[in-house]
Amino acid sequence: MTDLLSVHNLVKRYKQLTAVDGVSFSVAKGQCFGLLGPNGAGKTTTIEMMEGISKPTSGEVRLFGEPASRKAFERVGIQFQNTALQDYLTVAETLALFAAFYTKTIDREELIGLCSLGDFLNRDARKLSGGQRQRLLLALALINDPDLVFLDEPTTGLDPQSRRNFWELVQAIKHRGKTIVLTTHYMDEAETLCDDIAIMDQGRIVERGSPAQLLERHFDGVMVNLPATAVEGKVLPFEMLANRDRVEIQTTAVDAIVRQLAEAQVPLTGLQVKSPNLEDLFLKLTGHALRA
Amino acid sequence: MMSRLLAVFNARNKEFWRDRSSLAWNFAFPFLLVFGFYFIFGQGMPMFKVGVIGEQDAYISRPAFMQLSHIQFVPYDELETALNRARRHQIDLVLDLDRQLYWVNEESRNGYVAERLLVNADPDFNRRVVQGEPIRYVDWVLPGIIGMNIMFSSLFGVGYAIVRYRKNGVLKRLKATPLSAFEFVSAQILSRLLTVMLVASIIYFGSHWALSTLMLGNPFSLLLTLFVGALAMISLGLAVASRSRSEELTGGLMNMATWPMMGLSQVWFSLEGAPPTVQSIANALPLTHLVSAAREITTEGATLMQVSDHLLVLAGMTALFLTIAALLFNWDSDHR
Ligand SMILES: Nc1ncnc2c1ncn2[C@@H]1O[C@H](COP(=O)(O)OP(=O)(O)OP(=O)(O)O)[C@@H](O)[C@H]1O
Ligand SMILES: [Mg+2]
Repeated sequence: MTDLLSVHNLVKRYKQLTAVDGVSFSVAKGQCFGLLGPNGAGKTTTIEMMEGISKPTSGEVRLFGEPASRKAFERVGIQFQNTALQDYLTVAETLALFAAFYTKTIDREELIGLCSLGDFLNRDARKLSGGQRQRLLLALALINDPDLVFLDEPTTGLDPQSRRNFWELVQAIKHRGKTIVLTTHYMDEAETLCDDIAIMDQGRIVERGSPAQLLERHFDGVMVNLPATAVEGKVLPFEMLANRDRVEIQTTAVDAIVRQLAEAQVPLTGLQVKSPNLEDLFLKLTGHALRA
Repeated sequence: MMSRLLAVFNARNKEFWRDRSSLAWNFAFPFLLVFGFYFIFGQGMPMFKVGVIGEQDAYISRPAFMQLSHIQFVPYDELETALNRARRHQIDLVLDLDRQLYWVNEESRNGYVAERLLVNADPDFNRRVVQGEPIRYVDWVLPGIIGMNIMFSSLFGVGYAIVRYRKNGVLKRLKATPLSAFEFVSAQILSRLLTVMLVASIIYFGSHWALSTLMLGNPFSLLLTLFVGALAMISLGLAVASRSRSEELTGGLMNMATWPMMGLSQVWFSLEGAPPTVQSIANALPLTHLVSAAREITTEGATLMQVSDHLLVLAGMTALFLTIAALLFNWDSDHR
């Protein structure tokens, strides 16, 4: 039994809207599982059902091999997408408050060191910067030394430096053998942190696998891209994907593509060739740029 | 400049008109208040108040005195209750119709005039005398002020805090820990109880010490009474806040609970002689019982036994409100 967490046919309906529409997957012990998807895809809804915060309309969640129950909270750590903390408490007091809820807790000094909270322990929790706050919230998620950690968009709104620091932190947690479930919009984040990824769109999982597997499955070769204005009105014999003001062509034969473009008298200034990443895959699968 | 001002003016107006709960409140409330006071005091204040014993027995000929205008006749079952009121100048005369007796407080100016009127109209009534200083308004009103303070502090302190926690996600974060709703709510109750009791004691005993306000009863009886009352108020706050995540709605509900109590629970003025319907509404309000019990203890020296009916009502209300709160309580209602 290595599946720490599994969900089966999870559905959540809000009146007319089906926010999560039959989602199934499982996460093995020690893995970092990434739930990716555009705004409104149903990531938060899914993760909150796993956390036991909201009730599924139908379907099953199993934690540690048992149907999810409040008892499992002792072994789970949660960081919400949006959370307020109790007013007028300092960082240290907030840590003490949450520590009191659990029978087993992580060593306080160790936690403070791990999340680098030392510099602002006595500051009012409301006065923290975005990055400091996020580290405190992560510390709260880790306070019971959980086996399973849920992180809902932990780095949204952080500057690149803070994001990188946060990633290191998550890596450190992973090295302690924790299982992590993470949602994010950032493909580089998923690529760096996740062993296993599910891409969600409109309440369904549209793709599943490790970052390398996904790229291999969907992309052969490289991406050629051009300014959209360059190909305007041209009829070309290959598929093009719009991405903001550029178009992308996926190919194994760059030479042939370039030749065809030249024959169609497409100006080649601004042409770029790069290997595809998860971002390209995301756009391809969720058609986000096209739909917008 | 004008157009910007107008834009904000318009936006604010829309906000006001579209916020149904507060809109209803802004209009309904003043009307309710006006109608309420009209109902209670519409007949105008009488010039004299006379307590009557034995009114119930159907009188073939009521004494001529009782036909006079501008005198309010308040029936009493117990002579002693009526006499106590007369001693404190709260009523001007006491009549016993069966025995053809009347009591007057010789230190009361109103009593003197009312007595002249009575003797003129019905010379056969026999005179009895009671004595006593008038109760000062400050002594009378102090339990009301303490009660009101307990009410506001409990209702808003517990109710608003919980709604705010629910709205901004603090409750949701707590729900994700092993903390149970029972533990959370109990902690809120205890914390507020401590604060409320502390403040109430300071006001009470502080003014007793500084202004030598009346304290005829046992201070511990008073503390117990305030405690029971605070518990009822806090429970009411919990019930009101058990589900809602809208501060406006909760605010409306709180106002709906507090204003009738401000008006009808005899915080500022006595309802003696008000229509029976008004009195029975007042008796359904926890503040009425809290204030009455506290007032009987401080101004009449009542014992716990003598105020036990009020305390029982408060305990019953506490149980009722807590049950409602427990049934309805929700960490995080499922709509955003
Ligand atoms: N309580 C609710 N009531 C009604 N609809 C809801 C509720 N919660 C979420 N939804 C809807 O469900 C859908 C999925 O929302 P969810 O928050 O799970 O998306 P998400 O993938 O987390 O998005 P984001 O990346 O913006 O956080 C959205 O369309 C949202 O409007
Ligand atoms: Mg989300």
